[in-house]
Amino acid sequence: MDVLKIGAYEFRSRLLLGTGKFADLDTQGKAVEVSGAEILTFAVRRLNLENPHEPHFLERLDLKRFTLLPNTAGAYTAEEAVRIARLAKASGLCDMIKVEVIGDQRTLLPDPIGTLEASRILVEEGFTVLTYTNDDPILARRLQEVGVHAVMPGASPIGSGQGIINENNLRFIIEEAKVPIIVDAGIGSPADCAKAMELGADGVLLNTAVALADDPVLMAEAMKLGVEAGRKGFLAGRIPKKRYASASSPTEGMIE
Amino acid sequence: MQIIVNGKQVPLTDQVRTIRDLLDSYQLMEKIVVVEQNGTIIERSLYENQTIADGDRIEIVHFVGGG
Repeated sequence: MDVLKIGAYEFRSRLLLGTGKFADLDTQGKAVEVSGAEILTFAVRRLNLENPHEPHFLERLDLKRFTLLPNTAGAYTAEEAVRIARLAKASGLCDMIKVEVIGDQRTLLPDPIGTLEASRILVEEGFTVLTYTNDDPILARRLQEVGVHAVMPGASPIGSGQGIINENNLRFIIEEAKVPIIVDAGIGSPADCAKAMELGADGVLLNTAVALADDPVLMAEAMKLGVEAGRKGFLAGRIPKKRYASASSPTEGMIE
Repeated sequence: MQIIVNGKQVPLTDQVRTIRDLLDSYQLMEKIVVVEQNGTIIERSLYENQTIADGDRIEIVHFVGGG
């Protein structure tokens, strides 16, 4: 059995799905179902007290089947991220946290210093910490040194759909990883998922590429297949690339 | 008594004395929400006895869709 272990948790699916930006709750429910995802991300926000009873996706979910991964999105400092994480945990629904400390509004790239600091504090407080980071191999190493349970390097800027920009850095991160590496953010297509998994990533986290696809449910299935194909390809071991041809048919026994 | 809930000034009636009362006034006791009072998270089991004072800053948060 090919199992993804994050902290004390075990999963069979290697696709983690975000829950933002879906047009409606029905589409979202179907997309989640066909994606096969077992981990779903959420954000923590103020309740709208003018309409506190609007329909809510969480209320539809069978919480025995899914592990919730709340994020600290919106935090620009370690302190803000820690505050959001504590609020998320106080829900009593989860002890996992996606640490996300943003350093810049336009690119939404993470602030490496704040990210490392928030991760360190939350590991100490007993959270299961999955940290969204730049695709920086040294930062990935530092995060593992403070004890994070998974490192989640971005493929490219959040929601950009650009796919994996720096394959080389991802490879460096994966080669020396001691915890799962989950490629998070910037995924645009199933090919991107397959690529990440073929490079040896342990999982892929995506949201916009499914939520804003013309057919989100079909794309959710495609992403699931992309992740599975890439994973199997990685485990199977691809052939090395060669400069010249190598005949697939026998060169002996030609008819003369 | 005036308090600030989710960033907005809210006048309270005399009936609302505790966090429990406040959540009841919004019919939120059955909802999955987390309450922070003046920067401190209030455990669910304490709602009943946790009193509200004039000028308190209260946050009522929940999970929403996000990536």
